[in-house]
Amino acid sequence: MSDKVLMKGNEAAAEAAIRAGCRYFFGYPITPQTEVSAYMAKKMPKIDGVFLQAESEVAAINMVFGAAGAGARAMTSTSSPGFSLKQEGVSYIAGADLPCVILDVVRAGPGLGGIQAAQSDYFQVTKGGGHGDYRLIVLAPSTVQEMATFTALAFDLADKYRNPALVLSDGILGQMMEPIDFDDVEAGFDPSKIRDFSDKPWATTGTNCKRGQNLIKSINTNPVELEQENIERYAKYAEVEKNEKRCETIGVENADVLFVAYGTSARICKNTIELLKKERVTAKLFRPITLWPFPDDALKLAAKNVKAVVVVEMSHGQMIEDVRLNIQDKPIYFSGRSGGMIPLPADIAKVAIDAVSVIKNDGSNTYEGGRE
Amino acid sequence: MEKVFSKPHVLTDTPTHYCPGCTHGVIHRIVAKVIDDLGIEGDTIGISPVGCAVFMYNYFHCDFQQAAHGRAPAVATGVKRVHPDKIVFTYQGDGDLAAIGTAETVHAATRGENITIVYINNSIYGMTGGQMAPTTLMGQVTQTTPYGREASTQGFPIGIAEMLSTLEGPSYIKRCAVDSIKHIKDTEESLRVAFQRQIDKKGFSLVEILSTCPTNWGMPPLEAMEWERENVFKVFPLGLYKDKEINFYHKDVANADEKAIKASENSGTDCDSIKEED
Repeated sequence: MSDKVLMKGNEAAAEAAIRAGCRYFFGYPITPQTEVSAYMAKKMPKIDGVFLQAESEVAAINMVFGAAGAGARAMTSTSSPGFSLKQEGVSYIAGADLPCVILDVVRAGPGLGGIQAAQSDYFQVTKGGGHGDYRLIVLAPSTVQEMATFTALAFDLADKYRNPALVLSDGILGQMMEPIDFDDVEAGFDPSKIRDFSDKPWATTGTNCKRGQNLIKSINTNPVELEQENIERYAKYAEVEKNEKRCETIGVENADVLFVAYGTSARICKNTIELLKKERVTAKLFRPITLWPFPDDALKLAAKNVKAVVVVEMSHGQMIEDVRLNIQDKPIYFSGRSGGMIPLPADIAKVAIDAVSVIKNDGSNTYEGGRE
Repeated sequence: MEKVFSKPHVLTDTPTHYCPGCTHGVIHRIVAKVIDDLGIEGDTIGISPVGCAVFMYNYFHCDFQQAAHGRAPAVATGVKRVHPDKIVFTYQGDGDLAAIGTAETVHAATRGENITIVYINNSIYGMTGGQMAPTTLMGQVTQTTPYGREASTQGFPIGIAEMLSTLEGPSYIKRCAVDSIKHIKDTEESLRVAFQRQIDKKGFSLVEILSTCPTNWGMPPLEAMEWERENVFKVFPLGLYKDKEINFYHKDVANADEKAIKASENSGTDCDSIKEED
């Protein structure tokens, strides 16, 4: 029998974290992700877990540092301005090679911005954001089901590579309710090992006077050694790039237009593809699931026979930079809204139709438009 | 023959990087002796700060995590919540604890977090070369108060022991010094009480230890001690600031009333704030 329920995205992520063995959650209230904390506050005490409302996002991520270094599956959740604050701790966590999971339910910025959904955190989650050379593994759900499965997956990937993993959601996915099936989200986790830290022999569990010191740190003032640590970390990142790129391609093989979009924007593009059928424009969708590592080869393949590429984001164009890095021989257009405004299928369709007609007329690929 | 003196077992043989005359070495040894005496080396997890003591993990055999500047109490909280039966302590200077990490300090204290903080107050930023600290005395000359600390632009020194002792959460708060044998003995005894408080799961303990910084004060070590006694002790009086058994009322939520949970579900403010935007 399937384990199907109707849930908000934020709650689905919280429940999935618990099912993935997370018993340590450190939160701080910020709209539109506060349901995650509320859910954890309700559930954790009943399963001998810890929910702690920290004094700030900065404190919360440093509590995650401590708990992760102590060997536990630990998590924090926030929304964009809060993630900016967490960046210090994220850099330290990456520098200390600690696994943890961060959920960012993105809202519009910059600054305090607004509380409506946006995708304007792409830069700060995929390009580092904090100081130093490091990467986050970034998963981008586009359904409530994926909020759950990707949160659980994030714990597995974080442990596998000893690296922070981030689930990049947004205010729509966090707040909307959809039916979800919890049957697949427990994979990769043994519930009997919740407080057994033996598979993390590096953790600070106390020496028990039986082994040498375990030390969790990011500092190394010897330049030769610090560079070597960075080289080794980048070798790990090369492994992540080799093994973990994930994406989805939807639509007819020989389409005129390729949409590139993730998360909520990808959902809107699916509707746009249907709308375009009436206009006799064939379109398909390439949806990166891992934003880092970016599924570059799959994108090149998907774009091979199309006439134009349209990148759709709820921002002024951030992921488009990674698309441009990978596609040089096609015109690339942009359709996006920001500030909490949502791109509408009709607006996106117009960009796609214009793109195809510009190419039909003069074959030019210098068209820079896309936003009204 | 009976052995009456030896290096504490938890200390390593690594020579410290501290300046000549610095009291970090003295305090490390006292912390180490208390860890030895209580027999908790194998259970202890230390959190080192940013500041002169950043490398203290090199001098102790026990497990360590190195925290970001000011964040040690938050990191210690994370460790302690995972290992409630282990002994978790932070070791922080006044810049780390009383400036950039004030929020983490106050909130770990008010939560009654069952950790021990060893707080070294030497009235100056040592590692960065002698800038004004939140604890710098009025009139004290530092790199960033070249004309002496002056109230109209730099305000007044902050008394952490005084401030934290107004909170309900902390169980034990004491201010000590290491300028004399008598005070060193008192520091050792106070740290023993502080760690014991944690072992007994009785809550937050902090020992503030007044310390000298001959290098950045620009004085020979003995003169620095004298200056400390004459000036620092007046602003930061030694003594016991709080010693109270905290009653941590624990509600059995495993069998909590479902009605209460339902009520909390309906009290969210998020929906209200979203409506505001409409």
